[in-house]
Amino acid sequence: MKRWLPLILIGLLTLLLVVGLSRDPRAVPSPLIGQPAPALPQRTLADEPFQPPHVHGQAWILNVWASWCAACREEHPHLMRLRQRLSLPLIGLAWRDERAAATAWLARHGNPYGTVLVDESGVHGIDWGVYGVPETFIIGADGRILHKFTGPVTEATLIERLRQLELIP
Amino acid sequence: MMRYLLWLILTLSMALAQSAGAAIETYPFDTPEQERLYHQLIRELRCMVCQNQNLADSNARLARDLRRQIHALVIRGYDRDAVVNYMVQRYGEFVRYRPAFNAHTALLWLGPLLLLLIAGLTVWRVQRQARETASDD
Repeated sequence: MKRWLPLILIGLLTLLLVVGLSRDPRAVPSPLIGQPAPALPQRTLADEPFQPPHVHGQAWILNVWASWCAACREEHPHLMRLRQRLSLPLIGLAWRDERAAATAWLARHGNPYGTVLVDESGVHGIDWGVYGVPETFIIGADGRILHKFTGPVTEATLIERLRQLELIP
Repeated sequence: MMRYLLWLILTLSMALAQSAGAAIETYPFDTPEQERLYHQLIRELRCMVCQNQNLADSNARLARDLRRQIHALVIRGYDRDAVVNYMVQRYGEFVRYRPAFNAHTALLWLGPLLLLLIAGLTVWRVQRQARETASDD
């Protein structure tokens, strides 16, 4: 038994390191889960007044993107398909982006959002704890954040999470 | 002797250059205390984009935004804890480059000490065993 002890210890250590390697260090848990949704711009890209849908007791989805973001391009077709399948409002927030660039991007690739907001200075992004676009938040009817995805989301994962949260049948 | 002195100067200048960091913007402050606090904070908080850098060393756009925000908060009279809380509320505990000591991080802080203790104990036992075998002879 005593002879095997070092080997067992090394084995355990190796296991620990392998588990450590297989975890994604970029997946940082958001402290915002369960918290009230932070403020957003009060006017849309189309310069209309904006109120978040939970004001009317409606759950919704916030997708943070940018015209300069390559991974958003990858996510875009999924959002386009989601728009047709989804009963919840999908709201886009162009983060650290210019109005003209955001408008041009949507005109070129198609607009999956019901409403588009622009956060030119990035100050709203800080309140939402945004650190890499795209990021997607699910906000409940009571205005609390239920879930956050960091990085491109797929149609399937978003639908699955919404089902788990019982926001869609 | 001369060579030793040269090495010392070289090492020192490298260390100094390191601490100067990459924070390129200069901000106006009302008091020297505010300025010190600002520099302390940007060294203490992590850049979430390039995770192994603090805000002072990072050139990422988000780091620039956060430096601007921290400057605004310091000017508004936030103290160290208030600014750190502001950041932790938004980005989570991970934003601290120097993690707080709590149940979650106890192993992180005490791990090295624990390993040292185990190593010390092992050495002590091995030596004692060796001595006992020697005296048996």
